[in-house]
Amino acid sequence: MLIASLLRIITLIRKELLVILKDPRSRASLIAPPILQCLIFGYAATYDLNTVPYALVDQDRTTMSRDLVAKLEGSGIFERVATLTQTGQAVRLLDTKQAVLIIVIEHDFERQLEAGASGTVQIVADGRNSNTSGIAQGYVNTIVRDFTSDWLSRNGSRDNAVRVTTRAWYNPQLETRWSMVPSLIGTITMLMTMMLTAMSVAREREEGTFDQLLVAPFTPTEIMIGKAVPSMIVGITQASAILLVALFWFRIPFSGSFLMLYLGLSLFLAAAIGFGLLLSSIAANMQQAMILCFVFLMPFMLLSGLMSPTDNMPEVLQYATMVNPLKYAINITRGVYLEGAGLNALLPDMLALVAIAAVTMPIAAWMFRHRLN
Amino acid sequence: MKEPVNRPERGLRGALRRIRALIRKETWQLLRDPSSIAIGIVMPVALLILFGYGINLDVKNVPVAIVMEENSGEARGLASAFELSSYFSPKPAKTMAEAETMLLSSQVKAIVRIPSDFARKGATGSSEVQVVVNGSDTNTARLSLSYAEAAVGIWAAKEASRQGTAISKGVTIEPRLWFNEANDSSYFLVPGLVVLVMTLIGALLTALVMAREWERGTFEALFVTPVRSIEILLGKTVPYFMLGLAGLALCVVGSRFLFGVPLRGSLLVLTVVSMLYLLVALGLGLAISSITKSQFIASQLTVLVTFLPAMMLSGFMFDPRSMPLAVQIITYIFPGRYFVTLLQTLFLAGNIWSIILPNAAVLAGMAAALLALAVRMTRKRIA
Repeated sequence: MLIASLLRIITLIRKELLVILKDPRSRASLIAPPILQCLIFGYAATYDLNTVPYALVDQDRTTMSRDLVAKLEGSGIFERVATLTQTGQAVRLLDTKQAVLIIVIEHDFERQLEAGASGTVQIVADGRNSNTSGIAQGYVNTIVRDFTSDWLSRNGSRDNAVRVTTRAWYNPQLETRWSMVPSLIGTITMLMTMMLTAMSVAREREEGTFDQLLVAPFTPTEIMIGKAVPSMIVGITQASAILLVALFWFRIPFSGSFLMLYLGLSLFLAAAIGFGLLLSSIAANMQQAMILCFVFLMPFMLLSGLMSPTDNMPEVLQYATMVNPLKYAINITRGVYLEGAGLNALLPDMLALVAIAAVTMPIAAWMFRHRLN
Repeated sequence: MKEPVNRPERGLRGALRRIRALIRKETWQLLRDPSSIAIGIVMPVALLILFGYGINLDVKNVPVAIVMEENSGEARGLASAFELSSYFSPKPAKTMAEAETMLLSSQVKAIVRIPSDFARKGATGSSEVQVVVNGSDTNTARLSLSYAEAAVGIWAAKEASRQGTAISKGVTIEPRLWFNEANDSSYFLVPGLVVLVMTLIGALLTALVMAREWERGTFEALFVTPVRSIEILLGKTVPYFMLGLAGLALCVVGSRFLFGVPLRGSLLVLTVVSMLYLLVALGLGLAISSITKSQFIASQLTVLVTFLPAMMLSGFMFDPRSMPLAVQIITYIFPGRYFVTLLQTLFLAGNIWSIILPNAAVLAGMAAALLALAVRMTRKRIA
């Protein structure tokens, strides 16, 4: 009985793999996109700024204001696009996006500092992308703080004397790419496998072959397994391809165990495929399956911690993140890849994934049969 | 069928009549399918809510372990500076080892260590504070570091002025954020949403619908009718064009009334440039579907060349200025780059023609090229 069932499942898997792999375009669409996506995301998804074009309005024109400017430009990040005498002239540069910041050193900057008051630097930033301007302002703040404490210590003051030594675990240079690329393993494979699974069932439904499957001597569970395993194989292959890009192209050091990573990824793929199957059991055709996938994928991606931490989200949305397999996948991949986390630390995430798979898959199997009418 | 009973009406009137009939048929099909309502209405609303409330790039209440290795007044003062800051939610740890365990198990995201010689060294002006962060979430780590540095700096300055040792107040920075005085990230995320919604409706939905026609062979069936190929294309795309505009309207209304994002440019210009982008997206969807002729491959390709670039390479979430030069050049291939620039400027800055005209011109050029390509490819298949 069990053996017969197993044999039936294997036939299904073979047939499914044939469908996916026989068309060379479909083959290419399974491997090329994940690698391309990983490369593009890896380079594009960064909050680090390499250059900040700015307009300088130095109303002070003293040694000290020039020192400050030298310090700014010595960082290699600030690129002066214009030197002006009045803020009003700089407005156009900001409007037309030629500059991100206008830095105004007010006219009695040096005098005020030396008189024991405080010298004022104004920063006007382009808030159209408040994230960029926030980061650029942060850079100015750091440089100005360094400048101030240098000047103070040269003049024998001891305020600002507390030195802050900083250290970042797991990512010493704090490169965005290091946390982004491992998270992409989960994100990209979810995008691909959920669509693949949902579309494959929907295609059969559209072509009418799904009904044939249902009347053939397969139980819904067998059909479900037969659909899930090929997607799983594809997902693991894609994950490995992305992992290779992370290791050998981006050269991000791997500090965990591959066994843990693959265990976590398998559970995650089971959960993601479970969702794909569930959606495909609701959808009547490929278009509906695809759109349903997107309706779910977008929130999954946005509420996963990929782009912004989940802890900052409003409480209602935090509850919503609990059913999001990608959130757990990102915890696991970042944990294993960067932190070298072990089973103890990852167990809650893994159990959550098991729970998601255990709920979605049986419902999907049940729906396969009951959606008919 | 060789001798059609009704000869096709010639001239503009006939064309219009045929197009109208096709539009009616396609609109019915669109309205009957719940999935188009899902993508045209549910999706924009869900995205508005997610981007408006869910995505917050700022960091607040970072759990931080405070290790006080001495119990001096200075150390307690510094610790309370962290407690008062809204950026941190401190948790006490007795030893550094305990704090490191907390960091390892993700109970905290940062450690602030006040060493045992803090007050003594402070008297000679050489005291030190150590801050350790978990770098696996880079953005949070970087923000926590700079907030921690700022908190220590502010405390030190207060301390110095309390003791009267300060010879100067140092440099004050007066930041001002133009176009977005409240420094609200929904100000730039929510307008940017329009690009996602339009891409999904324009490119993805169209590619799927058209690929289905190719896959089922119903396209060829249309070809033997008196309808001309350009009429078919018009009839097919007009309903999706309207759905895209409905998505735009939802986004504009939502961003205005839900999130208070100003619309400083003119609504007319916004509508015109959105229409241009929608045409580009439709053109892409049509071209992809007639190249692939398969719903599965068309959907994969559309996601890869339209949706992902619109999200990642358009400047909507990530600023192209941060990208390596090669990637920056690639961003200019994709229409989303021009549209996001237009959206951010029109919503937050106003009608700045030196930005609007060149970007709109590029979109218009792309739309013309892609639509011409789509028409040509459809015609070629008839022959």
